Amino acid sequence: MDFVNFLIQLLNSVQYGLLLFMLAAGLTLIFGIMGVVNLAHGSFYMLGAYLAWSLAAMTQSFTLAIILGTLLSVLFGLLLEWLLFRHFYKRDHLDQVLLTFGLIYVFEETRSILWGDDVHGVNIPNVLSASIPLTETLSYPVYRLFMSGVCLLLALGLYLLISKTRLGMKIRAGAFNHEMTEALGVNIKLIHALVFAMGVGLATIAGMVAAPVSSVYPNMGSQVLIMCFVVVVIGGIGSVKGALIAALLVGLVDTFGKVLLPQVAGMLVYVLMAIVLLYKPEGLFKN
Amino acid sequence: MSDSQAPLETLPRSLKILLGAGLLALAAFPFVGTDYYVQMVTRMMILAIFAMSLDLLQGVTGLVSLGHAAYFGVAGYVLAFLTPPGEPVSLWWTLPAAVGASALLALVIGFLVVRTHGIYFIMVTMAFAQMVFYVFFDNKALGGSDGIYINFKPEAILFDLENKKVFYFFTLALMVLVYGFLRRLLWSPFGRALAGIRVNEHRMRALGYGTFSHKLAAFSLAGALAGLAGFLWGAQSGYVNPELMGFHMSAHVIMMVILGGMGNFAGAIVGAFSFEYLLHVFKDLPAVGSFNLGKHWQLWMGLFIVALVILAPRGILGLFDSLLKGKAQHHD
Repeated sequence: MDFVNFLIQLLNSVQYGLLLFMLAAGLTLIFGIMGVVNLAHGSFYMLGAYLAWSLAAMTQSFTLAIILGTLLSVLFGLLLEWLLFRHFYKRDHLDQVLLTFGLIYVFEETRSILWGDDVHGVNIPNVLSASIPLTETLSYPVYRLFMSGVCLLLALGLYLLISKTRLGMKIRAGAFNHEMTEALGVNIKLIHALVFAMGVGLATIAGMVAAPVSSVYPNMGSQVLIMCFVVVVIGGIGSVKGALIAALLVGLVDTFGKVLLPQVAGMLVYVLMAIVLLYKPEGLFKN
Repeated sequence: MSDSQAPLETLPRSLKILLGAGLLALAAFPFVGTDYYVQMVTRMMILAIFAMSLDLLQGVTGLVSLGHAAYFGVAGYVLAFLTPPGEPVSLWWTLPAAVGASALLALVIGFLVVRTHGIYFIMVTMAFAQMVFYVFFDNKALGGSDGIYINFKPEAILFDLENKKVFYFFTLALMVLVYGFLRRLLWSPFGRALAGIRVNEHRMRALGYGTFSHKLAAFSLAGALAGLAGFLWGAQSGYVNPELMGFHMSAHVIMMVILGGMGNFAGAIVGAFSFEYLLHVFKDLPAVGSFNLGKHWQLWMGLFIVALVILAPRGILGLFDSLLKGKAQHHD
């Protein structure tokens, strides 16, 4: 592999890793803070992609679609938390698995009724549709760089929110000991609702941003969900930093695996997970 | 662990009588049912074996495996690989081979996964099952996404499995055998140790039990029994595809165990029958105007699951039990 090809694959792997991080961050926070296994997290990614497609068609503007979609998804997250999830924080993991598996079916089928079962494409906005030429034949699309940029910005925002703000302090305190935090007068229910909605929002944004590249199709959430599980397991539950490093690692292994060892590419990520489990059963960065 | 969460290990006499009546009904069914329904009930019994195998982990040991379908599917594939395209293959060595393959796979994956706990266990079992899924899905040599046809049912010499009624009774006999075996196991020292691990693993370790080896043994045994079910599934349907090992299959079998009631194996059987029947009902719903209710069966199933987990977390047998005891179930 020559240098330019290597560079392209490296950029792709970073972009894929960052996208996975957007999903895994929400998943790991919801696990870490509320103790909920959310199998339906992949559905939010799918929801995002479909929102981007239908809102962009409605408003004729990708930017507007993303803004509206984010707002809608956060509202949806708050509603879902209030209606269902908050009653399951203290329940058995088994009950959570069942509830969220049931929700996958409900979301998938509602999507099928509302938007149908066809595959759709979303146009890349004109400003971002250019490509950067690397050699005479190879170039790199600006939109993929834009995706990585958005993800990086959000990751940075998440980091600042959790480690530098008062709200972040309350979130960390709640994860550490939520009875004590509540006793100190923090409205922990509100914190939980916000964290949940944030997780939904991040996953939806990931879906919206990915829509022009991956296109929009039924069941697009399942595969990405399982990759996120792998990321969370490798990174350590509840650790956002772990999720970031694990997501980048998974992105690298998956992208380069497909190029260098295509016969076993599908397995490589799981082999990576197995190795991590063997030496660190609780992930690389256990909180 | 609160009382209402504890699985129903001993079955009250009234339930035992009901189950006995159910067994008689099953034995009589092929003489009255049509071929279509005989095959459907055969499928239910196969799934009942599958659900019982998971119950050993989920209800008895307290390990929620979200990847149990992997061991089910692999045994079906073993039968598919061993059956030549032009002639049947003997049951007597392919069945042990298929069950052995599932047990081995469960042993290897189990070695990695039983060292994890809680949420990790759920996610890791799911991820490894997905790995197995992709091995078959991505490789044309292993059938790829289309799967493999099994042209002949295994040959048993003593009886003819190509006959649907014979296959039915063969499956029924195996289901009863597996049930009897697991009930014995539940009350053996090994089974008591597994139940102890569910209730408090730390205390079991403090008492000197090797919980790792106990859990690994349970995981492998559950994998082997899932393999038995998978072998029968492959033989009955004459077709295997990666969906058999998929995420949805794993989630469905969890639901069967919950739906019936965990930890006593009878519930797993009841759950498998009820779940398959519900699926059949939902898929057969009529069209209302231009809206086909049956086409959107996943929506009804999803809503049903959500309602189930909110309203009846102890399953059908648990519901019966509380009705029989005549006491309110809600005391958190």
